[in-house]
Amino acid sequence: MALQDKYAELLQTATTLGVTDLASTEQAGVLHVSGTAKSTADYDALWELYAKIDPNMASGDLLINIDIKADAGARLKVTTDSSNLNIRSTPSTEGDIVGKAAHNEMVTLVEKTNDSWWKIKTDNGEEGYAFAQYLSPEA
Amino acid sequence: MKLTKLLMAVVVSATMLFVSCKPKDADIKADVEKALAADPMMSNTTVDVKDGVVTIGGECKDDACKAHCEETAKAVKGVKSVVNNCTVAPPPPPPPASLTTVLDEATQQTVKDGLKDIPGVTVEFVGDKAVLKGEVTKANRMKIMQMLASAKVLSDVSGLTDKK
Repeated sequence: MALQDKYAELLQTATTLGVTDLASTEQAGVLHVSGTAKSTADYDALWELYAKIDPNMASGDLLINIDIKADAGARLKVTTDSSNLNIRSTPSTEGDIVGKAAHNEMVTLVEKTNDSWWKIKTDNGEEGYAFAQYLSPEA
Repeated sequence: MKLTKLLMAVVVSATMLFVSCKPKDADIKADVEKALAADPMMSNTTVDVKDGVVTIGGECKDDACKAHCEETAKAVKGVKSVVNNCTVAPPPPPPPASLTTVLDEATQQTVKDGLKDIPGVTVEFVGDKAVLKGEVTKANRMKIMQMLASAKVLSDVSGLTDKK
C-alpha cells in the first residue's frame, strides 16, 4: 500500500473536506480514488494537492475519479477559457449544435447524463448536452 | 393475628431468600460478556447490568448479528431483559468505478473531445493508456488530467512538457 502512503495527505484531506462515498483501491500500480466532493472549491483543492504531491502529475499512479455534488436544478458556471460552450442535441460531438452558452454564463443542470456529458438548460430556455469539463457547480 | 405474623415472616424470609439466590449484577455482566465474546462478528462490545436489566453496546457487522447478540444476552441466566444499543456498521463504499476502465472507442472519443480546445497536444492510445505528447501550460495540464480522470482513463503524460 505504498501509494496509499504517498497520497496519504490527499486522502486525509478528502476525508476532512467531507467527500462522500470516498473509496480508494490500489490496482496494478495505480491508486484509484473516487467520491463526491461538496463543492468546486473542494474539488480544486484536492487536485492542487495532487499536483503538489506528484509534480506535474506525471507518475500516472493516481486516478482521482471525484465528481462534484450537483443535483438536477443546480446552477453551473460555464468555465471555458474564453469561447462559447456548444450545446448539442445528443451527448456527443456528433450531435447538432442547438445552442451556445457564453464564457462565465450561469446555466442550470438538467441531468448528469454521464461523466463527460451533462444535460443543461440556459436561462434563455436552450436545452441540450454540453461537455461536463467546462461546467462547474456553484455553491 | 398470630397467623398473620407467621405469614409475614414467611413472606419476608422468602423474599430475602429469593434476593440472595438471584445472580448478582456483576456475575450476570461477566456471563454476558463471556457469551458475547464468543461472537466474532462483534467489536468494541460493552455490557452494563442493573437489577438484571442488561444493556449491550458495540459494533455489529449486520442486523442479523445485532439480533443474535440480543438473543445471546437474553439466554444468560438471571437476565430479565436486554436493552440493545448495538450499532450496525454501514456497508463499505463500493470500490472506485474507475477500476472497470475500458479504453473503448467511445472513451477514446471522449478524450479526443476533451483535448479539442487544448492546442499543441496529441494523443495516442497504447494498451490501456492514453499517451499524450506536446507542450502545455500549467492550467491546461490540470485540465487534461481532470478530463482523463473523469473519463476514467489511465495515462502516460511523460511526453507533456511545460510551456515556457
